[in-house]
Formats: sequence, C-alpha cells, structure tokens
Amino acid sequence: MTLSTAPAAPVYRDDTVRGFALAAVVWGVVGMLVGVFIAAELAWPELNLGVPWLSYGRLRPLHTNAVIFAFGGCVLFATSYHVAQRTCQVPLFAPTLAKFTFWGWQAVIVAAAISLPLGYTQGKEYAELEWPIDILIAVVWVAYAVVFFGTIGTRRVRHIYVANWFFGAFILTVALLHIVNSMAMPAGFMKSYSAYAGVQDAMVQWWYGHNAVGFFLTAGFLGIMYYYIPKQAERPVYSYRLSIVHFWALIFTYMWAGPHHLHYTALPDWVQSVGMVFSLILLAPSWGGMINGVMTLSGAWHKLRDDPILKFLIVALSFYGMSTFEGPMMSIKTVNALSHYTDWTVGHVHSGALGWVGFISMGALYHLIPRMFGQTQMHSVRAIELHFWIATVGIVLYIAAMWIAGVMQGLMWRAVNPDGTLAYSFVEGVKATYPFYVVRFAGGVLYLGGMLIMAWNVAMTVASGSAVAVPVPQTLAHA
Amino acid sequence: MSDFYSSGWSIYIAVTTVVSIIACLVLLAVAARRKVVPGAGNTTGHTWDEDLTELNNPLPRWWMWLFIITVVFGIAYLVIFPGAGSHAGALGWTSIGQYENEQAQAKTAMAPLYAGYAALDADDLIKDAGAMGIGERLFVNNCSACHGSDAHGGKGFPNLTDDDWLHGGSPEIVEKTITEGRQGMMPPLAAAVGSADDVRNVANFVLSLSGSPHDAGAAERGQPKFAICAACHGADGKGNQALGSPNLTDKVWLHGYGVDAIVAIVTNGMTNVMPAQGQRLSAEQIHVLAAYVLSLSRNTATTAR
Repeated sequence: MTLSTAPAAPVYRDDTVRGFALAAVVWGVVGMLVGVFIAAELAWPELNLGVPWLSYGRLRPLHTNAVIFAFGGCVLFATSYHVAQRTCQVPLFAPTLAKFTFWGWQAVIVAAAISLPLGYTQGKEYAELEWPIDILIAVVWVAYAVVFFGTIGTRRVRHIYVANWFFGAFILTVALLHIVNSMAMPAGFMKSYSAYAGVQDAMVQWWYGHNAVGFFLTAGFLGIMYYYIPKQAERPVYSYRLSIVHFWALIFTYMWAGPHHLHYTALPDWVQSVGMVFSLILLAPSWGGMINGVMTLSGAWHKLRDDPILKFLIVALSFYGMSTFEGPMMSIKTVNALSHYTDWTVGHVHSGALGWVGFISMGALYHLIPRMFGQTQMHSVRAIELHFWIATVGIVLYIAAMWIAGVMQGLMWRAVNPDGTLAYSFVEGVKATYPFYVVRFAGGVLYLGGMLIMAWNVAMTVASGSAVAVPVPQTLAHA
Repeated sequence: MSDFYSSGWSIYIAVTTVVSIIACLVLLAVAARRKVVPGAGNTTGHTWDEDLTELNNPLPRWWMWLFIITVVFGIAYLVIFPGAGSHAGALGWTSIGQYENEQAQAKTAMAPLYAGYAALDADDLIKDAGAMGIGERLFVNNCSACHGSDAHGGKGFPNLTDDDWLHGGSPEIVEKTITEGRQGMMPPLAAAVGSADDVRNVANFVLSLSGSPHDAGAAERGQPKFAICAACHGADGKGNQALGSPNLTDKVWLHGYGVDAIVAIVTNGMTNVMPAQGQRLSAEQIHVLAAYVLSLSRNTATTAR
C-alpha cells in the first residue's frame, strides 16, 4: 500500500481523551462518595439532618446519575475516542466538535448535580433529568455520534475492529433510548409530563431502563474490554467468530428484555413472558463476551500474578459473567416473585456496577492515563495492587450483604399467619435489614477508599508526566 | 384478550417473537459454520494499532449448548404459558388467575378460624386473647401505616385510643367505617365568615369553646360568626357524628392546634379520606378488627399488653 507523505506527520487528537479520562476519576470519587453517604442514610436515617436536599430520595438519583453517566459516561467517551483513533489509524474526526462533547457533557453533569438535590425530577429511574437537560444530552450525543462515526468513516484500516462495533451500537442505541423515553410535554422551565401514560409509560421506561444497562453499561464497556484486555495482556483476541455471534445476539436480544422489570404488574401477561424468555436467551450471548475476554489470556495466565491492571480487567469479566447469570435467573417469574422490590436487586445491580463496570473502567484508565501523559505506567504499581484488593473486598462485602438482606426481606414479606395476616409488618423487615445495611456501608467505604487511592495515583502520574502528541503511524499493517 | 383490539396484532406479535427466537439459532448456526481464511498462526490476518490481532478459535461447544438450551426452553415456555400474542398457553395460566386461586385457598383455610368469632359480639371478642391477637396483627398489617403502630395517629390521622369518635364509636359504626371508609369534608368558608379579621375572631371563639388559650376580645367579636360553623358543628360546638363533623370543645386537634391552624382550615377547607377496607379484608376479619380497635380505647385488662 502506498502512503502519501504529509508535510507534517498528523498526530492523534488526545486532548479530549485526556479531559474525559481525568474527569472520569473526579466524577468517580464524587459519585461513589454520594453512594456511601446514602448507604449510611439507610442505616442511620438521621443523617439527612432534616435538610431536604440531603434526603435519600433526592441524593439517590444523584448517586446513580453521577456513577453511571458522569463516571461511566466519561470513561466511555475517553476510551471510545482513544480506541477509535488507534484502531482506525486516523486522528479524531471533527476535534472541535469532540471538545464540545467534553464541555457539553460536563455541563450536563453539573446541571444534574444542581437540579437533582433541588428536587427537579421526571420521576423516571435513570432518566430523572428534566427536559432542558434532556435536550442538552441529545445535542451532545448527536455530536458524539458525528465524531465517532466520522472517525470510523475516515479510517485508514479497512476492517472495523470489534471494539468499535460495540461502541457504535452503544452510541446509536443510547440516542434512540434517550430520545424516545424522554419524550415529554414541558409545563414550564424544569417541569414536564411524560408523553406516555399508565402501563405504556412504565413499559417505555423499562425498555429504556434495561437497555441503558444493556447498551450504556454493557455494550459500551465490552468495547473497552475488546481493546484494553488484548492490549494489556499482549495477546490476540480469542475468537473472531465468537465476537460476531455474541455481538449480534447481544444487541438483538437485549431490546426485548425490559418487561422483566414489570413482572406481576398491570403489564399484560404475554409481555411479561416475552421479556422473561428473551432475558433467559440473553445468558449465552452475554457469556460469549466473558469467554472471549477471559480466554484471550490463555497462554498468558502468569501475567495475572504480577499485573494488577490485568487483575482489574479479568475480575471485571468474572463479575460480568456472574451478574449476567444472576440477571436471567431473576427474570424468571417465580424467582422474581421473591426477589422483586428487595435489596437482592440492589445487590445484583452492584455486582454488575462495582464489579463489571467499575473494574473494567479502572483497568482501562490505569492502562490509558500514563500513555496519555507520555509514560508507560502509573506512578505507583503497588498502589494499583492495593486499590484492587481493597475494592474487591468492598464488593464482596456489599453484594453478600445485599443478597442475604434481599432473600431475607423476600421471605419475611411473604410469610403469612394462619389467620391471613402477614407474619411480619414492613418495619420488622426494615429492622432485620439494619446489620446488612451497616455491612453494605462498610463495603462501600472500602470501594470509595480504593477510588481515592486511584485519584492520588492519577494525580501523581499526571504531575510527573506531560501531555505529548503521539504521531499517527504512517505505515499500515496489512488489515 | 383486551390487549389486542384486532387479531392482527396478536398474529404480528406471535410471529415476530417466534421468528426472533429462531433467528438467534440461525445466527449461531451460521457463525459456527463460517469459514474465515486463517492467516499466520490461526489469526484472521487483520492487525490494528500495531499489534492487535484476533484468533479465530471455534465457538466453545458447551457454550453453544447453553445457547441452544435457553432457546428451546424459551419456545417451550411460550407453548405452555401466555406469551405468543393471544395464545393462552397450554396450562391456561394467568397471573390474575394465580392470584385469585391463592386468595381462594387462603380464605378456605382461614374460614374455620374466624367462624367461632363471627358469632361473638365486640365485648366478648375483647375478652378473647386469641381474637385480640388476630386483631392486633390485622391492625399492624392494615391500619398502622396511617394510624401508627401504637394507634395514636398523627396530624390528619385520628388517634384511636382516646374514645373521641368522629363518626361514632359503637361496634357497628366502627365496622362500617372500616368496611366502607370515610370521607370527611369541610368546605372553605372564609368568604361566608367575612373579612380576614372575622376569620381570626371566629378562630379565637373556636379555641374558647374548649377553654384553650385565646384572645377573649376577639372570641367575643367572633361569636356571632360562629352561626355559620354551627350548621355542622352544632350551636354548642360539640359536632355531629352523623355528619362526621368534629367536636370542637374537647381539645382534640386532628389537623393542628392554634389560631393559624384554624384560620387555615376555615380559609381552605379540608378533605380527609380513610380508604375502604371491604375489598381487602373479609367481613369476619373486619368484625374482629373493629373489636380490637374498640379495645384500644377501653382500659380493660385484656388490652394491657
């Protein structure tokens, strides 16, 4: 292949990658801190101090928005911009627009951090932000799509790398989900009513809600997995054809799974059944990603011993496999009858969030950040090791406490006396949950502690390095 | 099936669902058979970012079986249970049917337990420790959310331990209250009373009825305006249980105490609702529960717990 020799060698546009990577660490600390605080509020409710904007009901959406969209979102922006450039071997398309996505996304986060504690909400889980912020999100997201697909479109490598399929699916689907679910009639600045009513509204909301998990927190992070695991392990991806079948099966099947959030509700039985069946079929496609990531290490298992970044990445896949097994099981109606509305659900979500999303993000950031600041590794590798173990213990405490609490609550709520009364009033279940709330709080503190170690390590790495422009290699490997 | 106003929708959903499930299998079969020309070292021959390559290992067999088993399970489930459009499923199962069935079983199981209590009147039930145990559990399950687990109520939620009854405290009336619920309503009357000063004056007069602290001069000026209130609360302010209008002379302040609270109610009116329990509890359960509620305000030995 012949190459044109440009007067000045083009460089990768990494400034936006750097911005998002550092913002991810900052928002990670903030979001997890809020999480620890509301975990403490559940154990010790007086902590709201009678202040409305410190109340659990307002801070809980702040926590979920901060960890999912601020932390997770910034990680996705940073890694997708990084991976797309490297695997397409071109600088970022429309770098100014990329800068706009950075500042626009930060504006969304700040608007959320102000409006949610003030009590402005649409009342839709994971879609609480009011309509003016929703419009800003949509604009930023379209710009994101232009930058990402523009980069893919101008690629110099013929084949599109598998990580980019996942990033692409994630960007397209989140746009669709966000715009459809946020349809609302404004009734003043910061007040609106959903375009849908009753059970249709619930169905649209959980079609959105479950696919937010499926595409924002799964497909996007599988894109991260497909680049950073083979890079960090220095091994080829295990199976190309496995990546094809699990990609298409995953993005197709996820779309159907939402109704399992509405078992035994006003939603018609047939919709519940369809949601449950597709949730079960989702098991194998999910595990396809786990297998492909874990087996990438085959022949290089010894690297796990010395490389804490690889530990993060591989343990992330273990939690991914665990929660994508647990999810289909919980979607079975009879299991759901026990688990629904209990803390089991909270435990399930956090084994995915802390274990999968959190760990894959941290592993990727530990790989990415030194390379963005002209270095080969983080300031302290031992600190990464420490972070890994503290966070792992934190997750285990968290999810074990929530599993036990959840099953206990489910059993207490369904226990009935011979006279037809409930064996336990609701508050007795709350009282029995107290020790598990304390253990969960302790797990959260450990996880936050790990994140603080990371923030220190990142600050030291950035301070001792400098942002260097990386030239785009002009020779193309045969692709 | 009311979900489908046209049978076309049912067919559309059934076909789409089944075709989609089968499509998953087809995808698996195609990918398993797909031949990719192997490059050096069993890779696909593509390289990205200097050193990223892909192997082309076959799909793990156990994983393919897992996939196939979930698909087969899914199809079997849609044959047995409702899911493929309006197809009811071989078992004829519905969630509402399961609910009604469990309810009917529970009712049959507890019928003998309540049969003995139905014949007893409230006085006898109050002396029966077993009945009072059931009553307490019914109360904690169904009433405590509003009236409090100690039945002392709260602002807007009547105290059930004080022998002050808005609608009457006979066993029959309490059963009727529980079964049918209650809706208390006072219309906004500030305009009828007169100026803002008139409203404050009448509020002071209301306070004077129970000997609560008040401005005597204002109360005196407000007295003539009380005629408007007397229509429901009576000329003596002792209320009317037939209307559910509260006694104003007894220092029980359901919606708040003081001039400002009374002014607010006269100005804005008040609607207060107790939901009906007749759909949730059986007549026998309500019979026992009413006796338990009455026991709370009767200082008998059985209720001392």
